[in-house]
Amino acid sequence: MRTLVIAEQVAGQLTAGTLSAITAAVELGLETDLLVIGGQDAVAAAEQAAFIQGVHRTLLAQGAVFEKILPENVQPLISSVVAEGYTHVLADASSLGRSVLPRVAASLDVGMLSDVSKIVSVDTFQRPIYAGNAIATFQSLDPVKLLTIRSSAFAQAATQQNRGDVTVVDGGKIATNVRFVAEQLTISERPELSSARVVVSGGRGMQSKENFAFVERVADKLGGAVGASRAAVDSGFAPNDLQVGQTGKIVAPELYIAVGISGAIQHLAGMSGSKVIVAINQDAEAPIAQVADYMLVADLFEALPALEKAL
Amino acid sequence: MKVLVAVKRAIDPNVKVRVKTDGSDVDLNGVKMSLNPFCEIAVEEAIRLKEKGVVSEVVVVSVGTSAAQEQLRTALALGADRALLVETSSLLEPLNVAKYLSKVIDRERPQLILFGKQAIDQENNQTGQMVAQLIGSGQATYASAISYADGNWLVEREVDGGSQTVELSVPAVVTCDLRLNEPRYASLPNIMKAKKKPLEILAADSLGASVKEHTRLLEVASPPVRKAGIKVGSVSELVEKLKNVSGVI
Repeated sequence: MRTLVIAEQVAGQLTAGTLSAITAAVELGLETDLLVIGGQDAVAAAEQAAFIQGVHRTLLAQGAVFEKILPENVQPLISSVVAEGYTHVLADASSLGRSVLPRVAASLDVGMLSDVSKIVSVDTFQRPIYAGNAIATFQSLDPVKLLTIRSSAFAQAATQQNRGDVTVVDGGKIATNVRFVAEQLTISERPELSSARVVVSGGRGMQSKENFAFVERVADKLGGAVGASRAAVDSGFAPNDLQVGQTGKIVAPELYIAVGISGAIQHLAGMSGSKVIVAINQDAEAPIAQVADYMLVADLFEALPALEKAL
Repeated sequence: MKVLVAVKRAIDPNVKVRVKTDGSDVDLNGVKMSLNPFCEIAVEEAIRLKEKGVVSEVVVVSVGTSAAQEQLRTALALGADRALLVETSSLLEPLNVAKYLSKVIDRERPQLILFGKQAIDQENNQTGQMVAQLIGSGQATYASAISYADGNWLVEREVDGGSQTVELSVPAVVTCDLRLNEPRYASLPNIMKAKKKPLEILAADSLGASVKEHTRLLEVASPPVRKAGIKVGSVSELVEKLKNVSGVI
């Protein structure tokens, strides 16, 4: 039995979620290879991969066709690499992983388990269902097990001194049924939301887009990422890629500070795995109080500047 | 043009699910069921495309027990033209559902197939992508805007760190995200009219799809409960606790 982890890289750097998926793969106890896909910058990512603990061999698929990664283009490559004898295929449950892996599953005629939060054995896995209100244990009956990994549930794999092998692989083709048109990526100096050590999130209580600056300043003081509740995103206070919750990002930082967030089920599903939760809210009865380690009932616009100053 | 919308009957989003005491599954006995919220967005989008004159027919399809007729009637009341139910009492594994839907697509030949990005019960987020693979179509997951121009579907989609636009040839598979639209409510006259719209029932076994068990549910447990926290009286007390008790700053 062998495991293949599908890596994701941005500008030559493996994503934090990829490093978590490697940790999950290592827990399977099988030989683990990493498949790095991309354009020019994939070479640097493969070099980084060669020094990661637990990675036996790095496979590099580099070419112009992978400059912009589309599921339709990479599925044939992944399916053909898997057919070389892999029994387990893991990817981060990122928007890319969730888009690609089901196509690979269908092409191999096997099922798939999404958002795995715990490896029980080589064929048994846990994953949250119903917005995290239940944890299901599934056994996979297929010869090849496909899993996307909930990155917040696994630590990031560490690096080592010894360089592993890097092997070049071919494959992938330009699909005719889809064409990349454009992308708008948010440029931020702050750490990535899903892997940040500290997250400060604002909710409807922030009242306006301008007021979100109060949240940002506290986040910057702590070197943290900024998040938002769905209500804040829907009200236009924050961009949608900052949404924390069942339908947004799942986070589990050391410290999560929820400001003006009431704590709807769907928000709690995205952050209740955090180590320490602080809620700052005007309403002492808000449901967020049920998961908070520390609840501060206060006016947000007095508490946030005071907090910024005290840090 | 025809759009096919695949919908799922799922627990109502306002209900908090409970785990059965024997740990075999969640307890859905007597629990309110609804159209999965993301599927509702997909239905709304199809109806808007019809209202704009982009498509001429909206067909909704579900895979499940006969109880799913209730959700198909809801979609008809929202404005879909007709409905299909692939009736099965087996567990709804994504690949099996995708295979049934592929057979329906063979028969219906739609130019656009819409899905919710995921169902809020099992949260698999797989079926749309699997259907796209099975029928050889391009896909756009997490759609936040859909338009049709020059024979192609142009879809803006939400991705990690921003948004992306892709162009898909026909037929295309698109899965719908939260910000695509805000679904309407069905009016009483439309609910009455929906009762007379065609709803065809197909026995799953009659479709010739090769389905089997891929995953087996062994156990369902409640998540660990967080221990009760404390109220702090001031910002300085909060900072003191975070520094000296929790050690996180």
